[in-house]
Amino acid sequence: MKILSINDLENLRKRAQQALALREESSDQASEQCCGLATGAEHLQVLCCGGTGCKASNSHKIVDNLKAACEENGIADKVDVITTGCFGFCEKGPIVKIIPDNTFYTQVKPEDAAEIVKEHIIGGRRVERLLYVDPKTQKTVSDSKHMDFYRKQMRIALRNCGLIDPENIEEYIARDGYQGIANALLNQTPEEVIEIIKASGLRGRGGAGFPTGMKWGFARGYDADEKYVVCNADEGDPGAFMDRSIMEGDPNSVIEAMTVCGYCINAHKGLIYIRAEYPLAVNRLKIAIKQAREYGLLGKRILGTDFDFDIEIRYGAGAFVCGEETALIHSMEGKRGEPTLKPPFPAEAGFNMKPTNVNNVETLANVPIILTKGADWFASIGTEKSKGTKVFALAGKINNVGLIEVPMGTTLREIIYDIGGGVKNGKEFKAVQTGGPSGGCLTAKHLDTPIDYEHLTAAGSMMGSGGMIVMDEDDCMVSVAKFYLEFTCDESCGKCTPCRIGNKRMLEILTRITEGKGTMEDLDRLKELGEIIKDTALCGLGQTSPNPVLSTINNFWDEYVEHVKQHTCRAKQCKALVTYSIEASKCKGCGACARKCPANAIMGDMRKPHIINPFECIRCGMCKSNCRFDAISVY
Amino acid sequence: MEEKNMITLTIDKHEVNVPAGTMLLDAAKTVGISIPTLCHIDLEGTCVQNMPASCRICVVEIEGRRNLAPACATRVTPGMVVHTNSARVIRARKTVAELMLSDHPNDCLTCPKCSDCELQRLVMRFNIRQMPYNGGEQSERKQELTPAISRNMEKCVYCRRCESVCNNVQSVGVLSAIRRGFNTTIAPTFDKMFTDTNCTYCGQCVAVCPTGALTEHDYTNQLMDDLTNPDKVVVAQPAPAVRVALGEEFGMKPGTIVTGKMATALRDLGFDYVFDTDFGADLTIMEEGTEILGRLNKFLAGDKDVKLPVMTSCCPAWVNFYEHEFPDLLEYPSTAKSPAQMFGAVAKTYWAEKMGIPREKLVVVSIMPCLAKKYECGRDEFKVDGNPDVDYSISTRELGRLIKRANIDFANLPDGDFDSPLGESTGAGAIFANTGGVMEAALRTVYEVHTGKTLPHLEFNEVRGLEGIREATIDLNGFELKVCIAHTLSNARKVMELLRAGKLNYHVVEVMACPGGCIGGAGQPYHHGNIEILKARAAAVYREDEGKALRKSHENPDIQKLYKDFLGEPCGEKAHHLLHTHYFDKSIH
Amino acid sequence: MKKKEEIKLACTVVQQVEEICDKHGNKPGELINVLHECQALHGYLPEPMQRIIARKLGIPASKVYGVVTFYSFFTMTPKGKHPISVCLGTACYVRGSERLLEEIKRVLNIEVGETTPDGKFSLDCLRCVGACGLAPVVMIGEHVYGRLDVKDVRKILDDMANEG
Ligand SMILES: Cc1cc2nc3c(=O)[nH]c(=O)nc-3n(C[C@H](O)[C@H](O)[C@H](O)COP(=O)(O)O)c2cc1C
Ligand code: SF4
Ligand code: SF4
Ligand code: SF4
Ligand code: SF4
Ligand code: SF4
Ligand code: SF4
Ligand code: SF4
Ligand code: SF4
Ligand code: FES
Ligand code: FES
Ligand code: FES
Repeated sequence: MKILSINDLENLRKRAQQALALREESSDQASEQCCGLATGAEHLQVLCCGGTGCKASNSHKIVDNLKAACEENGIADKVDVITTGCFGFCEKGPIVKIIPDNTFYTQVKPEDAAEIVKEHIIGGRRVERLLYVDPKTQKTVSDSKHMDFYRKQMRIALRNCGLIDPENIEEYIARDGYQGIANALLNQTPEEVIEIIKASGLRGRGGAGFPTGMKWGFARGYDADEKYVVCNADEGDPGAFMDRSIMEGDPNSVIEAMTVCGYCINAHKGLIYIRAEYPLAVNRLKIAIKQAREYGLLGKRILGTDFDFDIEIRYGAGAFVCGEETALIHSMEGKRGEPTLKPPFPAEAGFNMKPTNVNNVETLANVPIILTKGADWFASIGTEKSKGTKVFALAGKINNVGLIEVPMGTTLREIIYDIGGGVKNGKEFKAVQTGGPSGGCLTAKHLDTPIDYEHLTAAGSMMGSGGMIVMDEDDCMVSVAKFYLEFTCDESCGKCTPCRIGNKRMLEILTRITEGKGTMEDLDRLKELGEIIKDTALCGLGQTSPNPVLSTINNFWDEYVEHVKQHTCRAKQCKALVTYSIEASKCKGCGACARKCPANAIMGDMRKPHIINPFECIRCGMCKSNCRFDAISVY
Repeated sequence: MEEKNMITLTIDKHEVNVPAGTMLLDAAKTVGISIPTLCHIDLEGTCVQNMPASCRICVVEIEGRRNLAPACATRVTPGMVVHTNSARVIRARKTVAELMLSDHPNDCLTCPKCSDCELQRLVMRFNIRQMPYNGGEQSERKQELTPAISRNMEKCVYCRRCESVCNNVQSVGVLSAIRRGFNTTIAPTFDKMFTDTNCTYCGQCVAVCPTGALTEHDYTNQLMDDLTNPDKVVVAQPAPAVRVALGEEFGMKPGTIVTGKMATALRDLGFDYVFDTDFGADLTIMEEGTEILGRLNKFLAGDKDVKLPVMTSCCPAWVNFYEHEFPDLLEYPSTAKSPAQMFGAVAKTYWAEKMGIPREKLVVVSIMPCLAKKYECGRDEFKVDGNPDVDYSISTRELGRLIKRANIDFANLPDGDFDSPLGESTGAGAIFANTGGVMEAALRTVYEVHTGKTLPHLEFNEVRGLEGIREATIDLNGFELKVCIAHTLSNARKVMELLRAGKLNYHVVEVMACPGGCIGGAGQPYHHGNIEILKARAAAVYREDEGKALRKSHENPDIQKLYKDFLGEPCGEKAHHLLHTHYFDKSIH
Repeated sequence: MKKKEEIKLACTVVQQVEEICDKHGNKPGELINVLHECQALHGYLPEPMQRIIARKLGIPASKVYGVVTFYSFFTMTPKGKHPISVCLGTACYVRGSERLLEEIKRVLNIEVGETTPDGKFSLDCLRCVGACGLAPVVMIGEHVYGRLDVKDVRKILDDMANEG
């Protein structure tokens, strides 16, 4: 059905809202009791996470099994089983949530489906063993909003993720979706909309933090027969999945925002550049685009006005540098993804040399809600210069791996300890890496740094796109720096000299250091070369690629010096600097290690302590992971 | 009015006033500051241009900017304060050059580019005395020696000038960047050898390569052997373009005409006979002119099958180009051989017989502004029983090196003359060196032969110049002869595509592969991106023509004698056998 | 001298590739989309296929090759029956995926980017599957193996090899 007026949209919203009311209100009902058909509930909804993380743990089978169980019990008409986007708490996935009582089941297996239906949905009794256990109190928590993981979060960009069915545009509309574009098209001039975005203080979430309203203003300022709105969904930061989750969980918000941008800059064509590695997100986007067209929210004469806008998907092909906007544009033109010098900026000469506005997915996801709730509301969140919230992919050595969204200004400590539940396995916190390959490693002394663009940069890191990796005492900071540099060397486009050769030389120096062959001059050279690469590289990749090295040199100088002078790696990560040996007192002589050793380096008679020949050992660690008696240690 | 578009800025304490849109590099030049560059090249007026802003050698400091900016691609803005030689800048530039050296063989001593290498000059300029990043891994690169070009990608600094030229100027598209990161390099299609690709051997990639990565296949050692071999009779034929450029190899001003000194030097080098390719050029006009008139007459007589336009065929890179890419249009180009090959064919028959020199003892060496000619020598059609009409071809640069090697003080040489009979030439032969020259030479003859009148005015200014595609209409006694001149292969492609589409309405088309014609050939002294050098050579070519007693090919007495004594009629049977060729479909699918 | 290169692709593949190009309007700007579809069709992008694409889209074959070698997603060698991708995203890296990679290399005796001689396995790396909660992660075909331990690697691969 085509929506031809704001009335149509309003009617549709009211109709669709009934289905969602249950979900939205339920969050406030604080239902202590458990609802089931037997205990009086008339209708239930089961939300099951269909994010990539949970899908990897077979959540789609859970959905199938839930549906089958409902069929079997003849209650299919009373229960909606809905696949949503990521709930955020991926560590505990797959997640299944029951509405209206808000029960949040974690680590559900396909086999559990029948029990959930029988016990909870029919019987009104919670399946206790699937409930989340608070690690501090050891008590079960059934409603996610009482979990520490969610308490300090504020979900704006993720407002619909884990709540709506991303494959049903009506659920998005029910959540005030497409109100922003409707109001803009019917009641506001493009300039007015740009003013709202400016006033909201929204800044680009793709990394650089450029004010979005200003960017739109520039793109509007250039006249051309054709203009483009590009959504940067390349998300190349290794270990980050914010943009993917938004596209999987709430694709319509991106579509709506792109349309708004098109209206503001007078473009009629949108392009989403997405990594080919994101099949699920691609699929959800395709469905959403198709539905939007059917509903008249994309295409010709949107909402009965004379504004036309449509969106096409373009695929990346495995090149991190294509996240850089000029490289991205060349890639969309069918070329090697090499950046070009700015200026000219895309706003002047972008896709096919036409004025083009490039925005990140998360940036765009904020736009519709700014338009419905107002610039003031958005500007009231966050810090002085960084407004709103930021989504992070929290991962690494942390208890609660997942997707989180916090107001700007939240401290690292709050994220790591309150939301993240602290470092895994009770180990000592060592560092947190933000900003991916462009960012840096911050230490315990930065834990109280409020997170926003300025503070992170001042601390020697970057906001980046939102990867946040926690490291513990077992992580060697030289190795981590080397890891990132390997990444940039792999991903450098090779166009400019400093990045093409300079990063390679830095990597060689770092490798020497991890092999115990570094010198103190090497450390100076790393710093000097790093600064010059930053100063001379052509694009943002090279201009930031030395950051992980420079920040670890700054913050973990002692560790570097240890590698150089004492030839030791305190985290036992640098293979060349460690020795495996068997503690005779613990060894039971089971022989498991010897059987697994690829180098045949372990000798010993059965039931007698074994020994490792250090000259043969290739330090693969197989023995250690196969010893059931923890008899093997590393020095 | 003017004032409004002018921008004032400060560069190293100089106040600079330049038009908006000027790059910092050019703005600095106006106050005598020469910022080092490497990847940048801009032969203004031709389409030879490469501005990737990627080598980062030209970085400068701009106040208020976080990082350094490439001067070659950063536009001036009002009030900009620029430092081109601060400590920060100097240190950065030096480090960038050191990084290049760390992935470079650094064997200048035996490098063909030594002393003419832009990288080497930078290293000297930056006073690099150590290689701090030496010992690192080298990126993966290939080497190859084709008959025309020597490729040693280990010396590539990835400036991509060659890629720009091969794609944008020549539209051949053989070269492309491949892979990424540290192992990025420039490679022929599928990283194969040039010989397995569509490469035309135009050599324009060589002409712009700043380093020793792309150079010519050097035949000077072979030539030395032949010159000192008492059993061989070695004959030289220098091309028209060589005499206006050779002086540059000896520090003379571009555009100096050194015809006489060149003849003396060749004799001093030990050539037994010093002839002139200009003679071959006059011969080419006789043949090609006759072919043009023949096809025109047929056309005027209403023959519908006659192939028009006639296209010139004296540029071997252009020949390769249409054999590779336009096999369906092979009947359009004239079948006339290039002047050098005509010369060789005549030298190894007419002259050799006359002199009683057996073919295998005779070595014909062409001295060319051209690398494609090196390849051309090896074409099977130009051999008799495996013995080539032209044994090999050396470039202007190679001749310069030989002269230096032979202790010849070139600048102080007396002028010498060419030997007879294959050394006599007219101004028409001389102008072959310029784009439009073959056309002009042909017009001088075609006009007089067709109309039976004497040309009132020898210069056809309408066919001169640097415009990529030029056209003119010449009144041949009432018949409007429509001609077109294209230089560079991308312009040739445009012409050929029109032809293929049936939309080309000319009678004669001249094509030269190199920008500016042979004066801009890949065997010439390196222009290092200075367009003034090409302009000076072009002007010298026309001066050479003006200085000649005879300026029309058909008036060359030795040519007339050659036809009378040996060849018979132009395009007659013997001439056809010796001076014409045929083309092959060499497309790769 | 140059000879016409024989096109060694099956006629049906040639036709399908041409159809893909036609579907995209034979526009040079569609090169990457075309390559994606052709690789999906054939598993990899051999030289003759790139030549067809170059001809259809009117771009030099050298440029097609330049693009194919730029993007890590494109390959000119056939993948194994079970393509293995080890996640080397940061989250997986800090949870030990490099060790997994080494073990896989050791067990299969191939390097990254290679295929085993029997064509059963090929090995690649990628950066973040988006299942960081399950780190370290290895993908074999479509299946995601999460929280994988080095010591389980051999068994998984052996089982797969045995089943065919
Ligand atoms: C090497 C490099 C990689 C980048 N990768 C991404 C990316 O994956 N996603 C993204 O949105 N922006 C990325 N960016 C930033 C973009 O160039 C661009 O600034 C951004 O898409 C603009 O959108 P925004 O203003 O909404 O942030 C990257 C930049 C660089 C230099
Ligand atoms: S900095 Fe690196 S990625 Fe960017 S243009 Fe230079 S080589 Fe390419
Ligand atoms: S670390 Fe590896 S090589 Fe060394 S003893 Fe243990 S299993 Fe053998
Ligand atoms: S596996 Fe452990 S207990 Fe068994 S022999 Fe090896 S070291 Fe000893
Ligand atoms: S290319 Fe230049 S710098 Fe390199 S070896 Fe040759 S002369 Fe020396
Ligand atoms: S410049 Fe130096 S290296 Fe070269 S030849 Fe002279 S002394 Fe030897
Ligand atoms: S010689 Fe000419 S055609 Fe061949 S690669 Fe160089 S520029 Fe291209
Ligand atoms: S071969 Fe020469 S021209 Fe081409 S990129 Fe390398 S250095 Fe530059
Ligand atoms: S234009 Fe002259 S120099 Fe250039 S390839 Fe042709 S014949 Fe040779
Ligand atoms: S993917 Fe299911 S909670 Fe993140
Ligand atoms: S000359 Fe300016 S970047 Fe190369
Ligand atoms: S880093 Fe491996 S799945 Fe994210």
